[in-house]
Amino acid sequence: MKVLIPGALRSYTRVSHVEANGHTLDELFGDLERRYPGLRFRVVDEQNLLRPNMRIFVNGNSVRDLQQALQPDDAVAVVLALSGG
Amino acid sequence: MAPTSVSAPASRKTSAKPAARKPAASKRLVVFVATRKGAWFFHGDAGRKTWKADGPHFLGHNISHVQLDPRDGRTLLAAAKTGHLGPTIFRSTNLGRTWKEARQPPAFAAPTGGLPGRSVDHTFWLTPGHASERDTWYAGTSPQGLFRSEDGGVSWAPLPAVNDNAQLRGWMGTVQDGTPDGPKLHSVIVDPRDPSHLYFAMSGGGVHESRDAGRSWTTLIQGLQVVEGFDAGDVSFHDPHCVRLCPGNPDRLYQQNHCGIYLLDRAAAPAGDAAADTWQRIGRKMPKRVGDIGFPMVVHPRDADTAWVFPMNGTDVWPRTSPEGQPAAYVTRNAGRTWQRLDQGLPGSQAWWTVKRQAMTVDAQATPALYLGTTSGELWIGRDEGARWSNIARHLPEIYAVEVAALP
Repeated sequence: MKVLIPGALRSYTRVSHVEANGHTLDELFGDLERRYPGLRFRVVDEQNLLRPNMRIFVNGNSVRDLQQALQPDDAVAVVLALSGG
Repeated sequence: MAPTSVSAPASRKTSAKPAARKPAASKRLVVFVATRKGAWFFHGDAGRKTWKADGPHFLGHNISHVQLDPRDGRTLLAAAKTGHLGPTIFRSTNLGRTWKEARQPPAFAAPTGGLPGRSVDHTFWLTPGHASERDTWYAGTSPQGLFRSEDGGVSWAPLPAVNDNAQLRGWMGTVQDGTPDGPKLHSVIVDPRDPSHLYFAMSGGGVHESRDAGRSWTTLIQGLQVVEGFDAGDVSFHDPHCVRLCPGNPDRLYQQNHCGIYLLDRAAAPAGDAAADTWQRIGRKMPKRVGDIGFPMVVHPRDADTAWVFPMNGTDVWPRTSPEGQPAAYVTRNAGRTWQRLDQGLPGSQAWWTVKRQAMTVDAQATPALYLGTTSGELWIGRDEGARWSNIARHLPEIYAVEVAALP
């Protein structure tokens, strides 16, 4: 499936859209980690929780549960929450 | 303002002056500056007169600390995070020309023993391991955790005797108890005589010592004061800001604490005697109008009787600014019996910055110079052991840490 990568993570992927696979968001981030080592820990912490300022959209819907099921044609977007100053 | 001396009764035995010859001047020095928005390196000539900026490295990243490995003189570690992304460690083996991310940055283990799970927010402190343990490093984090790498910073493992110890965890408190930008584990110290002898400090949570390479720890808070009205017997209330071990006498430590400046002489009494584990408040001899509150503590590279502090305003709501807007370092040359003000060249008024706990250091040249970075993004050098200050750089982001190294 297609995954939109935010600018802050392009140092890992070099491109804005990448392909990755998984039956759940957790598996998807596992696949992203295999393809782009280091990326997952910047987004998901060691307790397997999405970091506070990260948001994930699946087909435009906000999701925080990493066990969220995914379909092969889903569109996933990793987004930095609008915050800070 | 000319240096002023504040006298005290001569009761403390001071160290014998070092017999070793002063080192020859190094050809090059590098000052590593870690800031809220990246890192900058300043390359200086042998005379420390001209400085060339190299940076930014990691523009936009919060860089808490940059440390050079003194064992090889070329490996750098940088502790990084951004406003949105999680924490990591970057590593360079060519003095910052190229960087590679740690394969396994510091991360807490899965929770055990009913303790709540924790996630590293940022690595705050980096300490190279003992000279005999090539590629060993220690990292202190926020929230408080201690980690060790044995492969030069590529991968990091938690020390369970700290991170999963129920008693220590109780003293660490929660994120809500910590300093405004998160509770810190800092001042990780390796005894140069013994790689198994370690110290660390926590804001808050006291000072701790291990003699078995971190497998067990004892608490070193005897003699330290806490905020008035609180129980000094409760380790949770102890807030060491910066602890340093003297290279010229590894049995002596100095500490800038939330509640004063202290000295600990481990050789003052036989091992096991309480006097060998009791901190003495040497900050009482500081001028009353300045006080003895601050963040950094700096020790001389050879003379264990000489140490520097940079006081800040710790009254009422804790402004954390230079007292009266007049920044100054203070030096003791007799292990805290007297202190002298060092402000020549620093702003004389309306300078409301201060210096964080990692942002002041000293080089090891024959006549050492001090270096400090300010919360307003200025880098200063204090030549002749802080007697004459001049500016190296302005307009940097808020400075978190300053380290200096001599290159061959």
